[in-house]
Amino acid sequence: MARGHDLHEYKGDIAMAMKDVAIVGVGTSDFRRLYADKSQKNDVYQLAAEAFRDALEDCGATQKDVDGLLCVNIKYGPFGDMTGLTGPGFVHDLEGTGRMSGVALQEACSLVESGAAHTVAVVYATNGRTAGLKYGGGDADPAGAYDAMYGMTSTGAYLSMMYQRYRHLYGAPEDALAPLAINNRANGARNPIAVFQQEITKDEYLASRFISQPLRKLDYCIINDGAVAFIVTSMDRARGMSKKPVRVAATAGRAELGRSYISPDFYYATSAAVAEDLYKKSGIGPDQIDCMQVYDNFLPTILFTLEGFGHAPRGASWEWIRDGRIELGGERPMNTSGGHTSESYMQGFALHVEAVRQVRGEAGERQVENCGTVQYMCVSPIVTSHIFTAD
Amino acid sequence: MDVAAYAKLLPDITPRNKPYWDGLAAGELRLQKCAACGRHRFPDAPLCPECLSGESSWEAVSGAGTIWSWCTMHQKYFAAFADEVPYQLVYVRLAEGPLVISVLAGEPGEPEIGRQVHAVFQPIAGDRTVLKFSTGAAA
Repeated sequence: MARGHDLHEYKGDIAMAMKDVAIVGVGTSDFRRLYADKSQKNDVYQLAAEAFRDALEDCGATQKDVDGLLCVNIKYGPFGDMTGLTGPGFVHDLEGTGRMSGVALQEACSLVESGAAHTVAVVYATNGRTAGLKYGGGDADPAGAYDAMYGMTSTGAYLSMMYQRYRHLYGAPEDALAPLAINNRANGARNPIAVFQQEITKDEYLASRFISQPLRKLDYCIINDGAVAFIVTSMDRARGMSKKPVRVAATAGRAELGRSYISPDFYYATSAAVAEDLYKKSGIGPDQIDCMQVYDNFLPTILFTLEGFGHAPRGASWEWIRDGRIELGGERPMNTSGGHTSESYMQGFALHVEAVRQVRGEAGERQVENCGTVQYMCVSPIVTSHIFTAD
Repeated sequence: MDVAAYAKLLPDITPRNKPYWDGLAAGELRLQKCAACGRHRFPDAPLCPECLSGESSWEAVSGAGTIWSWCTMHQKYFAAFADEVPYQLVYVRLAEGPLVISVLAGEPGEPEIGRQVHAVFQPIAGDRTVLKFSTGAAA
């Protein structure tokens, strides 16, 4: 059960740390409003452009200041046209998957560090609700057809396979995920733009219907419309902008690529390798994290993450999350905006924004006290993690 | 079962995967085996992911495996399976290494993680035979 993430291992090596890149501006849709008005068909480019405008306004910049553009789940052409961002020096589209949120920030940081761009806009948008996306049951690729022919489909179902085995190995009871569902909703209740703002009880959680058993509807991310943008630049430039810069103290990643979403060790070894790299680069270990933003496409992912990144002992994260440790006011508050089951499913991008708002002290009712260090973690076929700190 | 919708979900038979489907029809599980390093792979692929050799043969394997995990699908994602929910799916680690999604053939009760299973071959409509697994508990 012991983990190898003792903090003393992570001293030194700071020369490798990325010390000079910051997020300076953030923008998000009002997810609650978009979800409440189901009569409205949302255009992804409009959502993206509005979030971009908000992110620019947040840092006091204009589109003329942006010379790097990373578009995720949308195409740079229509986006650049709509926003008048017609001549950026570097442009790249990334696929619309959750794993890309960490990758997009890494790419933005690399561009700024290398000088390929000075100020990078990362823009994500989805109209999954308007488009009626189901994230399962679609056409499979030739290899995926060997699963679909039995009725196996959807990332959630692959997660349910991993979680069933996790429960078997570590004795997690039927209500093991309830504290995660309850925590996300409790945080969503303090977030005015969260889609779901009503708190839930354990009984309500257990009454939630199964989708791919053992997973319930309340273990699944929301399917909703919205957009997120953030502006990344060098710390030198950041200090001249309107908001307090949020430093990307370090970032790390490693892929685990295969035909199936099922990782035989629940991405443990891959996550532990990313954690090792991240904590070394930053000189910061899990005990120094004030607030965690954990990619939660499905709630078991949180357990795998906490264990892989050394926050909780292997096989015991389901016990570690009980008794308030992850709640606001607890030792390590998690998914303070409500995460993907309560705030919005922006495939990790809105969790980045929440990290920024927490470091800035802008999180209102859900603000973590003295929040100087926030960690983002995403466990998926590309595992990524960053540590954000105040300048 | 919506048979027409189900037929569309079946992998197309191609020159590359035909030995697999021929094997099932003959009551054998056949896997592609790397001629250079001996690694078995599933599904069929042009190169060995271990040593990148393009040379391979198809060989009948034991059909033995172990249940790695399972789930019960309640959601109606596919029209073909809309009348089948809830249905159980298993993830089986074959003795030769590859992991496959499948189902237990007509067995009551819950699958058990770690349980030994063996391949069974079930003819279906349209002249195809599909791979399923049995614990030996069913008749």
